[in-house]
Amino acid sequence: MKVGILALQGAFIEHEKILEKVGVDIFEIRQKEDIKDSFDGLILPGGESTVMGKLLHDLELFNPLQAMIFEGIPVFGTCAGLLLLAKEIINDNRLHFAAMDISAKRNAYGRQLGSFYTEEEFKGIGKIPMTFIRAPYIESVQSDTEVLAVVDNQIVAAKQKNKLVTSFHPELNQDTAVHEYFIKMIEGKN
Amino acid sequence: MRNDRLELNKNLAQMLKGGVIMDVTTPEQAKIAEAAGACAVMALERIPADIRAAGGVSRMSDPKMIKGIQKAVSIPVMAKCRIGHFAEAQILEAIEIDYIDESEVLSPADQIYHIDKTKFHVPFVCGAKDLGEALRRINEGAAMIRTKGEPGTGDVVQAVRHMRMMQSEIRRLTSMSKDELYDAAKQLQVPYELVVFVHENGKLPVVNFAAGGVATPADAALMMQLGAEGVFVGSGIFKSGNPEKRAAAIVKAVTNFQDSKMLAELSEDLGEAMVGINEQEIELLMAERGK
Repeated sequence: MKVGILALQGAFIEHEKILEKVGVDIFEIRQKEDIKDSFDGLILPGGESTVMGKLLHDLELFNPLQAMIFEGIPVFGTCAGLLLLAKEIINDNRLHFAAMDISAKRNAYGRQLGSFYTEEEFKGIGKIPMTFIRAPYIESVQSDTEVLAVVDNQIVAAKQKNKLVTSFHPELNQDTAVHEYFIKMIEGKN
Repeated sequence: MRNDRLELNKNLAQMLKGGVIMDVTTPEQAKIAEAAGACAVMALERIPADIRAAGGVSRMSDPKMIKGIQKAVSIPVMAKCRIGHFAEAQILEAIEIDYIDESEVLSPADQIYHIDKTKFHVPFVCGAKDLGEALRRINEGAAMIRTKGEPGTGDVVQAVRHMRMMQSEIRRLTSMSKDELYDAAKQLQVPYELVVFVHENGKLPVVNFAAGGVATPADAALMMQLGAEGVFVGSGIFKSGNPEKRAAAIVKAVTNFQDSKMLAELSEDLGEAMVGINEQEIELLMAERGK
């Protein structure tokens, strides 16, 4: 199994370290040559969605990756990665892959003073650490999107077919459970 | 709780990695920077090159001007306060700035003491020329470090010197035996625990960016290859002939800093770079402020 991690900007190394810890082969995606060979899963990390959105186009990665996502490659987006996948961002007119039936709110908890840490239930896993950094949340889900975690009445994790998103950063904690959940999705078990 | 806040603040710096933070003086420039792919902007009244030209005492920017920039963009907004000027920092915290740069670019307000950054909820980034300075700032509560370089010159030589110095001192610590670390802490004038962290991890306990004198995509790629985790560009963008194009090129150069073919393309037709001042021509060494 080989997982590609979008490495245009942001906290991609943190994802690499967690996947290495659970024994999954990874590679970085920085330009279109990097996705010539086939791979089994895609991670869209945290960072600034505006930066990644722009670089995806500038580096001609947008169309091939969007096609792969629509064709069903398992994809896991955290924070900015969630925004890249959302079909609607209610306070921003910049949409990106627009592949998942969720309405997201950008910087939903405000500026850095609104960033926080908590521990909450994640469906099918149990209580896990959750770090929110200038995070978005999901205002509503549509179609067959399944809600996986809720914090203070706001949706912070969801899944729809091949797509998994969290508005928090599982890659910032030592807990590997959400990444293992994603790996099971790649294996067809989740 | 105190520690949680510091952890969250270090986490925000992690999200900025691989990105370019650009100096802007107006909401219009902030929008240009955001559209060009900046991962954050530094709001200030005058960019370092103009501060240098104007002389006199340089202070925190007008909060109204900073708020205008906060309204204009969706990415994090940083602002500078003077070294040791904790009241300016309190004001910046009150307007919910995302990051405070306790910066040698402004006139220092205190010759001895830096701000006790552990007293704040918002994060701080501080400049450093070597490992000792970096770890002293971290001990005071800085959640992110950048090289000092020499701001407003368009000359990368000092940023290179500071990054090389930090990296070589980090390598020296990692190769030491454990019993040598006590003396290393004494030499560096920093707490033993921070020395142990560097010894074990081969890096600073916070994110480390390059700053001061970066003017071209090649400068940015140079700093990334030397171990920077991202780049601040101050005067280099809005003092150049074509800010939009140069800003976008530097952003791409930071992402693909090891691809020389792409760097060659990015370096084409960027228009006039900022004129710059050579190291020998500088009358005011900002990097010597705050140690």
